[in-house]
Amino acid sequence: MSEKVVIVGAGPAGVRAAEALVRAGLRPIVIDEGTRSGGQIYRRQPEGFKRPYETLYGSEARRARSVHETFDALRPDIDYRPETLVWNVAEGHVWAARAGETEAIAYDRLIVCSGATDRLAPVPGWQLAGCYSLGGSQVALKAQACSIGGEVVFMGTGPLLYYVASQYVKAGANVAAVLDTSPFAGRVKALPKLTEQPDLLWQGMKLTFGLKRAGVTVLSGVTPVEISGDSEIGVSGVTVRTASGTLSRFACDAVAMGWHLRPETQIADLARASFSFDLRTRQWLPEIDGDGRALVPGLYLAGDGAKILGARSAEVTGELAAIAALADMGHAIDKDRRRHLRAMRARYVRFAEGLAEAFPWPHQFVADTADSTVVCRCEGVTAGTLRASVSEAFATETNRAKSFSRVGMGRCQGRYCGNASAEIVSALRGEPVECSGRLRGQAPVKPIPVATARTDA
Amino acid sequence: MTGRFRRLDVTDRAPVRLTVDGSEITALEGDTLMVAMLSSGLALRSAEFGPERRAGFCLMGACQDCWVRDTQGNALRACSTVVENGQSISTQPMTADWSVAP
Amino acid sequence: MIAPEATADVAIIGGGLMGCSAAFFLAQRGLSVLLLETDKVGRQASGTNFGNVRRQGRPIFQLPLANRASRIWRQASELLGSDVEYLQNGHIRVCFRDRPENVGKMEEYAAQAREEGLDLELLSGNMLREKFPWLGPDVLAGSHSALDGHANPRLAAPAFARAAMKLGAQVVEDTKIVHAAKVGEDFVLEAEDGRRFRAPTLLVTAGAWAGKIVSQFGEPVKLTPRAPTMSVTEPVPYSILPAVGVMTPDEVETVYFRQVARGNIVLGGSLRAPSYPDEYRAYVMPENTMTQFQHLRRLAPALARLQVIRVWSGIEGYTDDALPVMGASDTVSGLFYAFGFSGSGFQIGPGVGETMAEIIATGTTDIPIEQYAIRRFREGG
Repeated sequence: MSEKVVIVGAGPAGVRAAEALVRAGLRPIVIDEGTRSGGQIYRRQPEGFKRPYETLYGSEARRARSVHETFDALRPDIDYRPETLVWNVAEGHVWAARAGETEAIAYDRLIVCSGATDRLAPVPGWQLAGCYSLGGSQVALKAQACSIGGEVVFMGTGPLLYYVASQYVKAGANVAAVLDTSPFAGRVKALPKLTEQPDLLWQGMKLTFGLKRAGVTVLSGVTPVEISGDSEIGVSGVTVRTASGTLSRFACDAVAMGWHLRPETQIADLARASFSFDLRTRQWLPEIDGDGRALVPGLYLAGDGAKILGARSAEVTGELAAIAALADMGHAIDKDRRRHLRAMRARYVRFAEGLAEAFPWPHQFVADTADSTVVCRCEGVTAGTLRASVSEAFATETNRAKSFSRVGMGRCQGRYCGNASAEIVSALRGEPVECSGRLRGQAPVKPIPVATARTDA
Repeated sequence: MTGRFRRLDVTDRAPVRLTVDGSEITALEGDTLMVAMLSSGLALRSAEFGPERRAGFCLMGACQDCWVRDTQGNALRACSTVVENGQSISTQPMTADWSVAP
Repeated sequence: MIAPEATADVAIIGGGLMGCSAAFFLAQRGLSVLLLETDKVGRQASGTNFGNVRRQGRPIFQLPLANRASRIWRQASELLGSDVEYLQNGHIRVCFRDRPENVGKMEEYAAQAREEGLDLELLSGNMLREKFPWLGPDVLAGSHSALDGHANPRLAAPAFARAAMKLGAQVVEDTKIVHAAKVGEDFVLEAEDGRRFRAPTLLVTAGAWAGKIVSQFGEPVKLTPRAPTMSVTEPVPYSILPAVGVMTPDEVETVYFRQVARGNIVLGGSLRAPSYPDEYRAYVMPENTMTQFQHLRRLAPALARLQVIRVWSGIEGYTDDALPVMGASDTVSGLFYAFGFSGSGFQIGPGVGETMAEIIATGTTDIPIEQYAIRRFREGG
């Protein structure tokens, strides 16, 4: 009897994993939260939206189309569960919920391709209506043909900052400014590693020129000062300190913010993967071997949910994880193909290292967050309250600080405050950030209603 | 009233009618509830622990900032719920018996 | 021989609510205290339980201890100098329609409890629903204890530890005691990393971990580590004042909930999972979350529309008779125990701490504790 393989996620990693398994004669279960396959970067527009691939995905149009068409062709050979949330994992079962019902789905092998979200740094006023994650601003455009506002400031760092701002300009939205916290010099220094993907490097440069040519203010090396606005109306402007030290204010009614990405590791965590600290990106990552095997037998991790390497790499690591699972199940595998994929992955790793150098997480800025700034948007908890959990209640790491201050205890479970909380706690304690611990994942991965009932018991 | 979001393309879709806080708004077929509400309004709900109104944040089902309720009290994540004709949504906080203002 | 790193009048192994409150009350009595905790104070059963400050439903003989604890809870915030979110809004214990035999048991209990100073008001299902409209039609009757309530377990034990520190107690976290022995007049305690601690009096409040220590003193007690099933909802307007629980002989139905002032509703109960004290981990079993939801919907159908945003568990130590071990050792002088609270320790915690401090400082207490003597677990005894 063939083994049961469950894939979580139908982005580029999940699709390529499913493809490799189907090719080997298996019929995997593919569970995805989305209404349609594609994940976030290759998110598909709703049925009835007819914009061409080039409009939606630019230089990645061919890849996006291939991922979508591959998945559509796989449909008869897989057990596809869209709009389904994996909310817990226990004892060889994923717990999948859809429309108020849940069932425990048994697996022998679990391939988690859970993707990533934006990494956020708290900026005074970021709780105001009109402030969105950078990825969110892209979803508005890609999936709904909308701009998040009439006048949009893009702030943060990373290639996505320029990419989304350019997409906005191209779509006819008003972009007030692109404000990058990374200094320009860092990008020059990272060039050797970035040449691993020369076309991406070239596109990045083209995007910046394009923005400037369109009359958009593009600043590097800024320090965010404030998102101003009103609790009723929302965002009305962004103030930054420029690299030369002067204050600059940009009027706007929307802000898109992101500092590169952070992996979605809750499912891996609930499946009891081990984690180690990645100094380069200052994040905790699940421990995997070069093919995506976690230390827990039967668990494989791929795509940005395992390590932020980008959508192109996700196709590679998704297939690699499937090959690893097939090998572990005793299937014959194509070793040449695996060698080729491993080499490609190595190049993406080097490129991602370059990106981390070129567009660093501004950890000092985060550590210096003013006491009055909201760190946890869900619970409305300020940096001052977080710091009091350390200085007055003797929290020594982020889980303890969460327990005392509620930072990370809200609906998002620390997705958008966890990175900042670790920096603030460790800076106050005068310790390296890895000493401030990792926010432990807790079910449910996303909220589930008390109305949820089992259909299999 | 102008909304927070601006439609840039694909506006040739069938209209969908729903009510928000008792007022009828018109959205387009295929809109998420979030786009429907923010194309004609500024916010989705009030923050529980601050004075500000909220209008969602991540648009990909991760931040959980955009939960709204219909007037039957059902929770809907606005960024991942497709708008339907006849929906009746409240952006006001629930009352203390957890019923929703019509 | 390595010199002891620290000495005190009393050493306490285990920084849960029992150990932290004992440290506070011992320090208040002027004794020097050394509180040793493997991890962080109040992180396991004390920090992860439901937070019920509930007297009703406890064995009648436990009520004097519970009453003592109640008095401490009422003044906890002033006593400790920090808010433990104690809300004295009452506790309701209900029974479901399919277990009518429980009504008589409730009446009998209420009569006995009144003798011990606990006033309970028995209400029919309809009277309850009039007062508490969120209770469901499945509720047959209930018992209302107006002077019980709930508090925040995440804050309580650490608050006692900090208050004890202010009075001079030494609180040593991240210190696992692997060897404990009485050498001459003193207990010598050795930590995993070789550090030593010494005191003429030792109190063991190590919860599910106490078994290994007490067996070193020749008084083995079987403790079963279990993990409660806990959940919390999104915040909704504050409207449920009392804590609510179900009286039933069937564990799967034993669900309970309370709303905190910020609005979240804490849900607990139904089946417990095994837990792993050696690995310091407890996991919530998803099937238990589901039976918890199922019976909560019977108890309060309006909860069904709320979203659960987080589940958690912790490590609790259960004795075979579900009563704690509390009092002096039967074999070693200067040795005291307070552990094995079997999932029911939070409310009585501060009372246990104060009582143990009293016993250690004065040699006696008026609180009846003979039912908890460790000798009941002696082989053949």
